[in-house]
Amino acid sequence: MPRAKVARKSTAIDMTAMCDVAFLLLTFFILTATARQPEALPVDTPASTVKFKLPDTDIATLTVGQKKVFFGVPGQPIRVRTLELMGEKYNLQFTDEEKLRFSLIESFGVPIGNLKQIIALKGDDRNKAGLQPGIPTDSVGERPSELHNWILSARYATKELNNVDMRISIKGDSNEEYPEIKKVTGILQDQNINKFSLITSLRPTEK
Amino acid sequence: MAELDTSGGGKNKGGKVRSKKQSTRVDLTAMVDLAFLLITFFMLTTTLAKPQAMDMAMPDKDKTDQQELTVADNRTMTILLGDNNRLEWYMGLVDNPLTPPQVDNYGRNGIRKALIEHSKKVIAATGDPKKGLIVLIKPSDQSNYRNFVDILDEMKVSNISQYAIVEISDPDIALLKRDGLYK
Repeated sequence: MPRAKVARKSTAIDMTAMCDVAFLLLTFFILTATARQPEALPVDTPASTVKFKLPDTDIATLTVGQKKVFFGVPGQPIRVRTLELMGEKYNLQFTDEEKLRFSLIESFGVPIGNLKQIIALKGDDRNKAGLQPGIPTDSVGERPSELHNWILSARYATKELNNVDMRISIKGDSNEEYPEIKKVTGILQDQNINKFSLITSLRPTEK
Repeated sequence: MAELDTSGGGKNKGGKVRSKKQSTRVDLTAMVDLAFLLITFFMLTTTLAKPQAMDMAMPDKDKTDQQELTVADNRTMTILLGDNNRLEWYMGLVDNPLTPPQVDNYGRNGIRKALIEHSKKVIAATGDPKKGLIVLIKPSDQSNYRNFVDILDEMKVSNISQYAIVEISDPDIALLKRDGLYK
């Protein structure tokens, strides 16, 4: 009498479909992920328990660290308009080529006199540590500081193009001394900007 | 789990030597593993990369109109931010504090206890939840940005809605110096 044999099935599964799905998702995530721009001034933001995400548009970022202030506005048309307004204020002419190159700069920190040199540099050279000295924050006599004018121009540009009020966020380094922050908030308060956001990283909840 | 080669081969019966038919199936396990690893990576980085924003409002810096708000001194707590991540706090006025000035730390075991305790006391004293503790934050020149964010965070954690960032005054600096929090 022959023994009844249990049919042995192969344990291998067809993974083609799974592989397809996995790569589809992978492609989706790669495309939606916003590429991290190299920062001109790397800062270590302090942690807080606030859970409010920063909006993407119409918010300028003031990066404060190592006693330097860097400025960045999102949106290429706004950057171009800001540059034009600044050019009018300081009697500087920018070519279309320079405007285009400037519109690709995420954030910068140079006095307006050196702006053309920075625009002419390549992206990698631009972000070398210590190259950009920061935007001057001191007012000269009656004339407001350059940072003041940059913020003002960016606000005008945002209002003109998008018809919304630009918001300001401050991204400070943890170990930055308070007087530097006070200088920046002072400039903002001079323009009657009394509300702004402080960029922080998320602190794990301590319970 | 390698895919088994099930189709190819065959026993060579007889004399004819047949070329071995190779299976076209490829082992996809490793590829799927890798794909899922990358998916996980991108999922986690995209959601976590967005920075958090803490909204803050500064007082109006109006140079002409200096209006002063008078509040009861038993409702105000002043926090002075000193050097080396330390702070000092007292209730009431600097000349005549209601509690002796105390040096404290940031965080859960530091200022938060005092904040919660005094905020309860003030509400009990006024009998009105809207008239809670008013905190004046005075960062000195030797405090850093982290201290500033920490103390604002502490306000959120302790549910103190009335607080202000005030310029530090000379008597306050003298107090910090006396207790060794200011060089």
